[in-house]
Amino acid sequence: MKTNLKNIVLSTENLSIGYQQKKAKTIIADAINLSLEKGKFIALLGKNGIGKSTLLRTISKVQSPLSGTVFINDKNLNQYTNKQLATKLSLVLTERLPESQLTVFELIALGRQPYTNWVDKIATQDLNKINWAIEKTEIKHLQEKRFYELSDGQLQRVLIARALAQDTEIIILDEPTAHLDMHHTYKIFQLLKKLVKTTTKTIIISTHQINLALEIVDELIIMNGNDVLSGETQKLIDSNKLDALFPKELLTFNKILRQFTIRKDN
Amino acid sequence: MNISFGSVSIPFLDIFYIIIGDDSIKESWQTIILDFRIPKAVTAIMVGSGLSISGLLMQTLFRNPLAGPFVLGISSGASLGVALLILGSSVFGGIFLSISFSNWAIAIAASLGSFLVLSAVIIAANKVRNTMSILIIGLMFGSFTAAIISVLSYFSEAQEIQQYVFWSFGSLGNLSWDELAIFFAIYILGVLGVFTIIKPLNSLLLGENYAKSLGVNVKQSRIIILVITSLLTGVITAFSGPIAFIGLAVPHVAKLIFTTSNHKILIPATALTGALVLLVCDIIAQVPTSEFTLPINAITSLFGAPIVIWLLIRKKKIYV
Repeated sequence: MKTNLKNIVLSTENLSIGYQQKKAKTIIADAINLSLEKGKFIALLGKNGIGKSTLLRTISKVQSPLSGTVFINDKNLNQYTNKQLATKLSLVLTERLPESQLTVFELIALGRQPYTNWVDKIATQDLNKINWAIEKTEIKHLQEKRFYELSDGQLQRVLIARALAQDTEIIILDEPTAHLDMHHTYKIFQLLKKLVKTTTKTIIISTHQINLALEIVDELIIMNGNDVLSGETQKLIDSNKLDALFPKELLTFNKILRQFTIRKDN
Repeated sequence: MNISFGSVSIPFLDIFYIIIGDDSIKESWQTIILDFRIPKAVTAIMVGSGLSISGLLMQTLFRNPLAGPFVLGISSGASLGVALLILGSSVFGGIFLSISFSNWAIAIAASLGSFLVLSAVIIAANKVRNTMSILIIGLMFGSFTAAIISVLSYFSEAQEIQQYVFWSFGSLGNLSWDELAIFFAIYILGVLGVFTIIKPLNSLLLGENYAKSLGVNVKQSRIIILVITSLLTGVITAFSGPIAFIGLAVPHVAKLIFTTSNHKILIPATALTGALVLLVCDIIAQVPTSEFTLPINAITSLFGAPIVIWLLIRKKKIYV
């Protein structure tokens, strides 16, 4: 076990991720050694199909690693029950919610399930957390609406509020800005940044908004091929680690502008 | 209300006196009320609420508005059991011939049948991860047993087929207080079980992955839901025959009326609606002021289907 000098909330040791079908292993990435600090906004970057979702699913115990270990607060992920983990780590997924008549308030209140009693009674402290989450995400005017009446941007804020109500140290969001326009994408990034600053939560997102992520997040996890790197944004830029993110023929990374640009000679 | 209708009309006030134990009323009326109509009303309440709750559980579990208690092959299992008992006697020779087909024999055959088919579905459910596959496996078991019943009917005699068809009409009557007691015990067991899974049911509204991230043991909840449904539907089908429509439609009616998806409200609401609907259907089936009694299974669909269609057209949206 590593010495925990820097408040590491989530770390991996020789983690190998992928799929196991009968005897055939499909390794997506291996020898992943991450250590993520408390109170950081972290973006997971990588091109389509590289395994970002698989990595997020593995560190949130939705699927098992092929080998290696994930630690949350220095405790092996396998030693957490679903219920214990639900108080440490919450999720915002890309999948569409099944149709139902849940109101925004009810949906956010579901985030309190790990804490409520067997009939799901909302106690005062649960109500406080729910209202706090609603306030933080500025959706008070939406709380009586049914979730299917919301726009994509509003729904994303509601789902973030639900994760906030779950009161966990880590929130993992899988492509939270996938269906959003530039304005709403920026708004979500800004909201997450603010949450990281004002709470001590660690927020991990996977995203394709690379240029924006480079501006806003604290740290990056870069997936390319079998290689998974992580570190502070500026350090990774300085050491030219972003170049490998995409094939060279179309896009290059411009260090001065801190963004990817289209190659001029094309 | 329900109790006062039947081929012999008995005034409300007299019914009240009979229930509170006044012996001065006509003895034949007392027998009709105490041994026939009250058991029938109690049966209607349990059947209506039980099937409706089962339907609600299936719709939430499969997140599919078309799911009902019978999609898992429970009714086909029960039908198979009864068909083997009634129709099978001539096909397989004299083994069963000596048995007169009492309520008990039919109830046991139906329970065994539904239990066997359901165990097969639950075993299959444990092997596949995808909830939709379970739905399809249930439907496949359904067509499979329907095929066996067709083959059996082909080789059976008219009288036996008639007896089988009568069972498949469904019936709320004919239950003695002894049978009712067993029915009630299993019914209560199922209903109490439902209250232990309100939380997982609500979080399943967000999908299985979210439910899991909220600390729900999805696999275990799935099995509890399947067991409760099979208990309720199994015992209902065993004693009252395969009563269609209620399990599928009543949850939708309740969702439309109460406009909520929260199972804390929805479960009692659905149970109440189901009980009411079946009591009303039973009154209609009696054809008040006449001597006929129509098959309950026909009434539930005949009057229920147009109501659901009307509700849907008016509200325009259907929810899981």
